[in-house]
Amino acid sequence: MITKRIIPCLDVKNGRVVKGVNFEGLSDVSSPVELGKYYSDNGADELVFYDITASSEGRALFTDILREVASKIFIPLTVGGGINTVEDFDRVLKCGADKVSVNSGAIKNPSLIYQAAKRYGNQCVVLSVDAKRVDGKFKVFAKGGRENTGMDALEWIKRGVDNGAGEIVLNSIDTDGVKGGFDLEMLSKVCDIVSVPVIASGGAGKKEDFITLFKTLSKVDAGLAASIFHFGEVEIKDLKNTLNLSGIPVRI
Amino acid sequence: MVAIVDYGVGNLYSLVSSFKAIGVDAVATGEKFVIEKADRIILPGVGAFGDAAEKLFSSGLSETVIKEAKKGKPLMGICLGMQLLFDKSYEYGEHNGLSLISGEIRPISDVIPKDYKVPHIGWNALKFKGKSPIFKYLKDGDFVYFVHSFYGANCENSVIATAEYGANLTAAVQNNNVYGCQFHPEKSGEVGLNILRAFCEI
Repeated sequence: MITKRIIPCLDVKNGRVVKGVNFEGLSDVSSPVELGKYYSDNGADELVFYDITASSEGRALFTDILREVASKIFIPLTVGGGINTVEDFDRVLKCGADKVSVNSGAIKNPSLIYQAAKRYGNQCVVLSVDAKRVDGKFKVFAKGGRENTGMDALEWIKRGVDNGAGEIVLNSIDTDGVKGGFDLEMLSKVCDIVSVPVIASGGAGKKEDFITLFKTLSKVDAGLAASIFHFGEVEIKDLKNTLNLSGIPVRI
Repeated sequence: MVAIVDYGVGNLYSLVSSFKAIGVDAVATGEKFVIEKADRIILPGVGAFGDAAEKLFSSGLSETVIKEAKKGKPLMGICLGMQLLFDKSYEYGEHNGLSLISGEIRPISDVIPKDYKVPHIGWNALKFKGKSPIFKYLKDGDFVYFVHSFYGANCENSVIATAEYGANLTAAVQNNNVYGCQFHPEKSGEVGLNILRAFCEI
């Protein structure tokens, strides 16, 4: 039986992890390699590296660091941030990424999904969507959630999957940072319209939120979070043991 | 030395790195003489069967791989590389493979329930069938990472492990010195590295 995945997301700027975490045994809390290895050794099923660098020099540092991570950590790696062209896919895949996540780049140029899927396969293309309720409708937001594109989120996701996106990361801006649990309503709507894996993001504050997520929405495949893992509020190993005891299939 | 056959399909960086991590010398190569000289061969692959088979045959590397395998050299196909070891595939048409494993490649949608997602993607547990040297460091139920939409069918005699996904899908095969893993050992953490380790000790 396929297991539910738990995925920590690391923000990397100029080759260093932003908001480095002080775990025991980590000598350099800002090293993507050390932190990635820590998560990998402690039960993470996959890692997401998000490049929040603005400059091209920083981008080059990011690819160096990605190459190093990929040479030391043998679980799937997804890379996002600043992916606007098929060449960007090429750049990070050559450094050892397994999947590439697109967000604003696909909003600016929707054919990016199709082009990348055709070249690298659907399994390689992850469509990440920041969505928020506006007048009772789910709308797609761009630029890190600051700008309302006016697009209907469900239509956008459906279109992305039709064009070849192999996975959806749904980040609810409404629940993000609130730590009151995942956006079950929004996730449920998305699960109803797509047949590719859906990764829930935004809102996890405690272990129970993951139990509720997987128990309520059996079609959700994975839970993604950043700060609760980084600040040690939830330990992945402990979380997976709890999920296991609740009858949710996880890799222990 | 392990030769990872480079026939222009996919990125071999993680595979090379994983052998490095277990202290084994490995090179990605498209040179026949390097494959002939190697102690073991890895046949990787991602993407569609038809394209990959075409590249493998037109480069002539298929002949070298078949010749070395028939001499008894350990060969392991990974993911699409495993599928290429079979007689034929029905992925978008009908394409011939290397015929080192009897059987054919068919869509998983033929055998899994309708409400199961395709591709089969994520971590799934291995169920062993018989004993294989490549699993000597593993235990039944260990998890490995899968990403695939097609599977090995009509290969009962070669199946050494399955994974349950609404049906028992072929997870690994063996025919004497020829091995195949549908999953990615290079992305399956310590369990995966242990499979590569065992393969290098055959």
